[in-house]
Amino acid sequence: MGKGVLVDLTKCIGCRACQVACKQWNELPVEDTKVQGDTIANPPGLSGKTYTTLAFKEVEHDGQFHWVFAKNQCMHCQYAGCKTACLVGAFDKTEFGAIVYEKNKCIGCRYCQMACPFGVPAYEWWSRTPWIQKCTFCADLQSNGLTPACISTCPTDALLFGERDDMIKEGKQRIAANPDKYVNHIYGEKEVGGTAWMYLSAVPFEEVGFYPMREEPVTHNVDNAMFAVPFGLAVVATAMTGCYFIFKRRRKLAQAKSRSGEGK
Amino acid sequence: MQNQEAQKRFPWGSLVLTAVAVLGLVAIVYRFLYGLGASTNLSDGRAWGIWISFDLYIGVALAAGGFTLAAAVYIFAREKYHAVIRPAILTAFIGYTLVILALLVDLGQPWFIWKFILHPNIHSPLAEVGLCVMLYTIVLALEFSPVVFERLNWRVPMKWIRTIQIPLIVAGITLSTLHQSSLGGMALIFSETLDMLWYSPILPLLFLISAIAVGPAMVIVEGSLTSRAFGHQLGRDVLSGLGKVIPVILGIYLAFKIGDLVVTRQLGLIFSTSSYTILWWVEVLFGVVLPMILLSRPSVREHAWKLFGAAGLVVLGVMLNRFTISWFALEARPAVGYFPHWMEFAVSAGLVAWAVAIVMVCNKVLVMHEHAEPEHAEEPELEGKPGIMVEPGAAPGN
Ligand code: SF4
Ligand code: SF4
Repeated sequence: MGKGVLVDLTKCIGCRACQVACKQWNELPVEDTKVQGDTIANPPGLSGKTYTTLAFKEVEHDGQFHWVFAKNQCMHCQYAGCKTACLVGAFDKTEFGAIVYEKNKCIGCRYCQMACPFGVPAYEWWSRTPWIQKCTFCADLQSNGLTPACISTCPTDALLFGERDDMIKEGKQRIAANPDKYVNHIYGEKEVGGTAWMYLSAVPFEEVGFYPMREEPVTHNVDNAMFAVPFGLAVVATAMTGCYFIFKRRRKLAQAKSRSGEGK
Repeated sequence: MQNQEAQKRFPWGSLVLTAVAVLGLVAIVYRFLYGLGASTNLSDGRAWGIWISFDLYIGVALAAGGFTLAAAVYIFAREKYHAVIRPAILTAFIGYTLVILALLVDLGQPWFIWKFILHPNIHSPLAEVGLCVMLYTIVLALEFSPVVFERLNWRVPMKWIRTIQIPLIVAGITLSTLHQSSLGGMALIFSETLDMLWYSPILPLLFLISAIAVGPAMVIVEGSLTSRAFGHQLGRDVLSGLGKVIPVILGIYLAFKIGDLVVTRQLGLIFSTSSYTILWWVEVLFGVVLPMILLSRPSVREHAWKLFGAAGLVVLGVMLNRFTISWFALEARPAVGYFPHWMEFAVSAGLVAWAVAIVMVCNKVLVMHEHAEPEHAEEPELEGKPGIMVEPGAAPGN
């Protein structure tokens, strides 16, 4: 089975070491940023130059104040919308479950951006020859048996890396051990069919930018529709050909009738 | 002579048209020099804009007259509509060419389009749309080519086309069915981001049926306009006959649209207070129910401008539907707004201007309307039966 990450939001101290490690390992360019009014998140979101950011959220829950630091990146879906959507198949799933993008195939239709339920793939809008950019789950490191850069950098073990199944078990154990500390939900375990990155939180997930999603993968209905295509093709082509001959014959008969009518 | 007529009826028309067409070209040049970021208001939170909503989604839907009319005339032997088959196919051909051009402007790196042709991802509905649109454009070119051959008096290619006419028509209908529905298939992946009033597993079917309805509506709209501009005598019963089938198709469409909400137990949504609810009612009442009622009345169908208006409602309704699904009710990243850059408008409008200009030129230099009188239709011409390819000179009575 694939690898997974358990992000324990209660353990994150908002140091952004993961952000820095990601920039370094993936050799991403710096981003022009400015201080925003209501949050110290910086840069404000994922972009063509940034694979991961921390959202800083101030939340009141159960009469308590929480300052939550929520790491965002590609969730590495088990049923990835981007991968199904891409018309040239530029996305691939590695053996350990990373969804990776290969720019040599991409033509820039940006359907992947629209198809991702988490709004992850970003585009190099400023460029004349733009590519898609998104978190690779450090597939290069993983294929050498190493841990993704952000995870090995995290000083508080807020990011736990391992087999996805084990991560789910671990998450359930933590919730069971501390039912007052966590909301009883592992975000990503079932959302859109399950994602490699999963989260534990002390506050309701939608308060920190993880929106409720169905368990049905976004690819479900698409796969069904595409499966029906060859049949649709056969049925329509046959029906049209059939109708053509039927109506042609009808016309002939009608004409023959009218002619014999004239003959009388 | 016709020239002057058209000028009198639409003064300034060609001047405005030229201006818009040129401005569109300028915007396209700018887009390729400075990139999408500089020429559009697209962002990571809204990666598709008006070029997809208007040029692809609406462009393809409104060009559906080509395949619906081809089916009516050649497959179901409704000879009466022969008179409008040429304009319908020409509009479809030009429409699809423009869709392709617009997509080439929209693609980040269109010079790599060959990668798509060589390696399409068979699981992607967009790939299916892309391939079908390309193939169908070729089919449309072939379907229309006899009109050009006829004008040039090239008899040999005419003969070739004539022999493959029916397979071509069948291929065109099949390709159209596939990609019209797959445009809805593309939206199926928006299950988390498209408003539930529109999201449905049967979107492909809804897209197909509404395309079938808007095809004849578009032919009516266009036929009314061109016959006014060029003084063609279109038999009134041709357009009103088309108007008669539209309510039936719209009825089926409405049944599926409502039925889907009932089956998924979401009918309550249409009475909720979100602003999308209003959009839904506007679309259904003015784009579906009202034209259904109007076009069921002979008094409307027999009256040229009333017919035009009712068909126009169908067209606007489908346009609103496609805009809603690909733009208004679609939230790719939460709270990211989008309003097109003026250059995005300029490109879309410019391409439409080119389309109108080309249609006008064709109306002047080609024989666009065969006058299929009833006698003609019943002509016992069994083998070489009238096609788009039949030369008016060769048909008796002309
Ligand atoms: S989160 Fe988005 S980009 Fe990442 S795998 Fe899932 S669909 Fe693809
Ligand atoms: S933008 Fe590139 S990677 Fe994304 S769907 Fe289009 S071709 Fe595929």
